[in-house]
Amino acid sequence: MSKSKHEWGETTHAKATARAKERRERFESSSGAEVEALYAPEDLAEWNYHEKLGYPGEYPFTRGVQPTMYRGRLWTMRQYAGFGDAEESNRRYKFLLQQGQTGLSVAFDLPTQIGYDSDAPEAEGEVGKVGVAISSLEDMETLTAGIPLDQITTSMTINASAAVLLAFYVAAAKRQGADLGKLGGTIQNDILKEYIARGTYIFPPRPSLRLVTDIFAWCKDVVPEWNTISISGYHMREAGCTAAQEIAFTFANAIEYVDAAVRAGLAFDEFGGRLAFFWACHSNFLEEVSKFRAARRIWAKIAKERYASKDPRAQMLRFHTQTGGATLTAQQPLNNLVRTTLQAMSAVLGGTQSLHTNSFDEALSLPSEGAVELALRTQQVIAYETGVADTIDPLAGSYFIEAETDRIEAEVWAYLARIDDFGGALEGIEQGFQQREIQESAYRLQRQLETKDRVVVGVNQFTTEADRPPDILRIDPEVGRKRAASLAALRARRDNAAVRAALDRIRDAASTDENMMPLLLDAVEAYATVGEICGVLREEWGEYHEVMTI
Amino acid sequence: MTATERPIRVLIAKPGLDGHDRGAKVVARALRDAGMEVVYTGIRQTPQMIAEAALQEDVQVVGLSILSGAHLELFPRVLEELRARGVDDVLLFAGGIIPEVDIPAVREMGFAGVFGPGTNTADIIGFVQQHAPRRA
Repeated sequence: MSKSKHEWGETTHAKATARAKERRERFESSSGAEVEALYAPEDLAEWNYHEKLGYPGEYPFTRGVQPTMYRGRLWTMRQYAGFGDAEESNRRYKFLLQQGQTGLSVAFDLPTQIGYDSDAPEAEGEVGKVGVAISSLEDMETLTAGIPLDQITTSMTINASAAVLLAFYVAAAKRQGADLGKLGGTIQNDILKEYIARGTYIFPPRPSLRLVTDIFAWCKDVVPEWNTISISGYHMREAGCTAAQEIAFTFANAIEYVDAAVRAGLAFDEFGGRLAFFWACHSNFLEEVSKFRAARRIWAKIAKERYASKDPRAQMLRFHTQTGGATLTAQQPLNNLVRTTLQAMSAVLGGTQSLHTNSFDEALSLPSEGAVELALRTQQVIAYETGVADTIDPLAGSYFIEAETDRIEAEVWAYLARIDDFGGALEGIEQGFQQREIQESAYRLQRQLETKDRVVVGVNQFTTEADRPPDILRIDPEVGRKRAASLAALRARRDNAAVRAALDRIRDAASTDENMMPLLLDAVEAYATVGEICGVLREEWGEYHEVMTI
Repeated sequence: MTATERPIRVLIAKPGLDGHDRGAKVVARALRDAGMEVVYTGIRQTPQMIAEAALQEDVQVVGLSILSGAHLELFPRVLEELRARGVDDVLLFAGGIIPEVDIPAVREMGFAGVFGPGTNTADIIGFVQQHAPRRA
């Protein structure tokens, strides 16, 4: 006679735990949901394979968005990089491409991200630090020199000033003679999560959302292969939220963008296929694999049920993943290589379309070249040596993985219903709801580390005396002065009457509903700078101020 | 703390342009839970804004958090602005991503504590309680 899971729990398992207690009273996921000792057929009693999973490349895409997944083509190995000035970053990109990287991912410095030129007073001390400083089309031409833009895809982490940086990129591609119909890449362009977690906002939400939808509409006709947004959970996760919150808050933002685009007259199926997503990958291996699978299923349902999508391409959740920066430790930094490897493996088992692996030294400083190379090698070892890429969604059907995928899905729907109840993601942000939820999770996690309910090797257990600090990357302090000089030269050389005329047209359009993108392209082609363009829009639209939640 | 002593007042501030506020918020919350009065400035504060807040809020302690690598440029600017306002009797500490090789320079500027990733908040609480200048 066969035994049930419940009977096993009452007999064999109970006897064992009576003899020796388990390591903990209660085992938990990142959101505090209980993880049971065992998962068995009973946990999937109501579970229907065709409803829950289906097949790769078919609704609801739980098993993956492409019919062949990594058997056809491996994920894109895309290392986020950029520092100093355009020339220096151009050299790093060429190095990465020579090492076998298959796409570029541009990190901009904070002034560029917040719409200040390198010579602005606000930029002091920040020029070239966390990314490359790009103030004008001239800088973008230097950044992409010798890299054929119609043969690679480029991801740009840029949000508040995304419209201007996209205009720089498109203008640079035009000057290379590239076919814009084939120009591929992604801009992050996800302003809502900037208000929640990442912090590089400029304008208030309404005009910011207008820029987002202007980009959707313009790209559809001019650069149809471009991914117009990468709706990102990564930064909220890094700020401390749980796996389910990461998905929920991101989809709530996605719904806000889709609604704005629909209000602006676009049909979901027209732009749905150009929406991309971006997730973090933290250390709870099986929960993370389940998270990616749940996210695909939820997005397909949102597309079909909420937006009546008929086009499968608009129902597919395509995403980039980055390993968890916040999981890296300054203590015993080489341990980070191991963490990153495991996290990368779970992203691959979760079916990511592209992947960034963090460098082991990032809790200490900006990553050094050797550490960046090792991070890329990590992906190559997973791709070519482990065999995990040879069959599609290999963990499907595991009792635990499927129960966990269902659990995350249920948590996400519950959050989405709450956010719908108070009027959507933007309303939530204005009330500080998401910010507070994230803060609470971050604080709970910190407490768990301090009480050792959660162990981080080398930090609160298995600690050692400090070892020799590794080599770090130092940005040349002269870069700010060099940049100021080159901007002064550009301002003297260009046709300033043309720049002023282009800026005036932008100012006039700011209060209308004219699409801003053609005007921005004209302005950048006249060598107007990001600071000048954003400066005009700041005057017209004002600036956003943080909602204080602590 | 005796009944006559008022709670320690702390300013937690983020100079520069980086938006990484997780650490600053966790520290602000932990100090508040330990009984201190904590003012958190929010992100993207100029050195002038931080010094002005320290003066107006009459704090004994100023904690600065920075993760963009701009600490060697921005910390001295904050200190200048504090001095310009006559705010000199405050305990200073710093947090964020501050490479080990920079720590001596940051201490030299006058930061009595530098707390990097992985620091226990109890250590920061203990540090502030022990070193904050007492005010009647």
